[in-house]
Amino acid sequence: MTKRVGMEIAFAAAEAVALCKPDVVAAYPITPNTHIPEHLSDIVADGRIDAEFICVESEHSALSACCGASATGARAFTATSSQGLLFMGEVMPIVSAMRLPVVMAIGNRALSGPINIWNDHSDIMSQRDMGWISIFASNGQEVVDMVIQAFKIAEHREVLLPLNVNLDGFQLTHVVEPILFPDQEEVDRFLPEYEPYATLHPDKVLSMGTLGMPEIFNEAMKAKDVALINSKRVIMEVWEEWEKLFGRKYEPIQGYKTEGADVLLLTMGSMDETAEVAIDELRERKVSAGLLRLKLWRPFPIEELRNAVKSIKVLAVMDRAVSCGGAAGPVCAEIKAALYGEPNPPAIVNYVIGLGGRDVTVDDFITIAEKAAQAEKEKPKEAYEIYGVRGS
Amino acid sequence: MLEIRWHGRGGQGAVTSVEMLAQAAIGEGKYAQGFPSFGPERKGAPVAAFNRVDDKQIKVRSHIYNPDVVVVLDASLVSLVNVTEGLKEDGILVVNTTKSPEELRKETNFKGTIATVDAKRIAWDELGVPITNTTMLGALIKVGKIVELDSVRDPLEHRFGRIAQKNIAALKRAYEEVRVN
Amino acid sequence: MANKKWPETWQEFNLGGMVFSPGNASEYHTGSWRDQRPVLDTSKCIKCGLCYIFCPEGCISQDADGYFVSDLDYCKGCGICAHECWPGAITMVEEG
Repeated sequence: MTKRVGMEIAFAAAEAVALCKPDVVAAYPITPNTHIPEHLSDIVADGRIDAEFICVESEHSALSACCGASATGARAFTATSSQGLLFMGEVMPIVSAMRLPVVMAIGNRALSGPINIWNDHSDIMSQRDMGWISIFASNGQEVVDMVIQAFKIAEHREVLLPLNVNLDGFQLTHVVEPILFPDQEEVDRFLPEYEPYATLHPDKVLSMGTLGMPEIFNEAMKAKDVALINSKRVIMEVWEEWEKLFGRKYEPIQGYKTEGADVLLLTMGSMDETAEVAIDELRERKVSAGLLRLKLWRPFPIEELRNAVKSIKVLAVMDRAVSCGGAAGPVCAEIKAALYGEPNPPAIVNYVIGLGGRDVTVDDFITIAEKAAQAEKEKPKEAYEIYGVRGS
Repeated sequence: MLEIRWHGRGGQGAVTSVEMLAQAAIGEGKYAQGFPSFGPERKGAPVAAFNRVDDKQIKVRSHIYNPDVVVVLDASLVSLVNVTEGLKEDGILVVNTTKSPEELRKETNFKGTIATVDAKRIAWDELGVPITNTTMLGALIKVGKIVELDSVRDPLEHRFGRIAQKNIAALKRAYEEVRVN
Repeated sequence: MANKKWPETWQEFNLGGMVFSPGNASEYHTGSWRDQRPVLDTSKCIKCGLCYIFCPEGCISQDADGYFVSDLDYCKGCGICAHECWPGAITMVEEG
């Protein structure tokens, strides 16, 4: 029976992981996701799940331990943010190359310089090319749902790729809100036991993570790329099954009041919900605006994006990270690439918003929508604008 | 939708207060958010924590700029921090203080409803420590009528275990003793 | 020298690059690389095993009589065994 509970989202994420009965959790704490591994360590210590909690000395070790554990056939989980994710950096592409279905929760936090513990997407954007499946949650319910879905997607025999679930640091991790939890039986029925493709075992000797000469490296990358691209089919299947079981629908891009819209905003993460309130207000004022909520970041949903913007005039893309010296913010660059060559693409404006935890309000989105509407007639002077920055 | 801001000092349990209130509202079938003023705070530093409560799903996730209710856990904060900043003119201010609502009205110039209770004394009596978060929750519930008194019972028992009864006693006393103007 | 066979197409690349025949370095005979060969004087050998420990190729092992001998399929003739053999039982001799 589904239970409705008021819980801090980070704790809820840990409870969701526990429902999936991981074998190994190796993690190092870092604000703001600390409660995820901390609560999991409590759960393991209380004997509620039969897992090995490895208190590693760094994030680099955390992912390395998960990589090794997964290679022996263990269901492995870790969590981190910001510099912690960077510290895992050199292991990130290795886990995906080895096709190990490690699941990670990232409490998105700004990359330091200056030191900042608050929310933005610069941490995950730095890992764009690492070959992981990457999904974004907008509220506590999505966090819990996506964590449980994550194991099923990652471990699917046609996928076998690591997956990260992204939840905004503080904005989501530290918020207590109502969450519907499936019970253990429901999760057990949904998520089968992990059946690895091959494991490290003395009885059946094999090697993983070996050298790749130039003669095969291109083929190795192609194989990984195809696997990631094709994983979308499994993701859609899992989401379809989830909707049948629990009534909650997930799509790579979810539209909100997009019918007949001239202007669409595109957001990722928890600012989706604040943007919805802005769209409600704009529609009340008879402004023809709507919202696209991008949930699936990797593999990037090219077809879904092209369909979503077919008949609009302006697309305002919100980036919560800046690519210094770049031609656009990370998300906008991706979108422009996906739309290049399409007949009648919309005018695109790019706003970098909410860096380092700067508050993003309903009024901000209303202003952005109004400014974006101008872009149809007047091309913006800069490739992207860091919204709300003081000084000209 | 109701928006509430709590003022306290690090270590006084403001974050626990918002958690208890959020869980009480959620237990009643409502929707609620409870969150701290995100940041590294140390014991004694002024902190804020927030609640939103509504009968339908709450989508706004920005900071709270114009609360309907402000609760102040520590009397010393009234002169230190602008506790009424952004508070709606017809809103409610609930303060832990030995002063009367009338005295506070002079001090803050706030035009709306002011409620005071000597939560520190109640907490000393009932809990043996001057931690006023659960006590003030009682005052808030009486004045703000946000949740039923009974709805905080489960969250408090779950959170405080052995010492839940003492906290409930403190909460009930503040509920009875709060003065409103 | 062992023949390398690369997968012709990316579809043939093993999942995750797994190697299902590990330890296949033994198929690669490096003995043809050497210019010099170690020769053991059993009258001086005290069977201490230092040469076995130091051999970077790991191709020295004990024979039935307990003497440590190099496997000439792999020995690259680096001379470290001779250098480390303090009783002087090993001499490097030119090939050919």
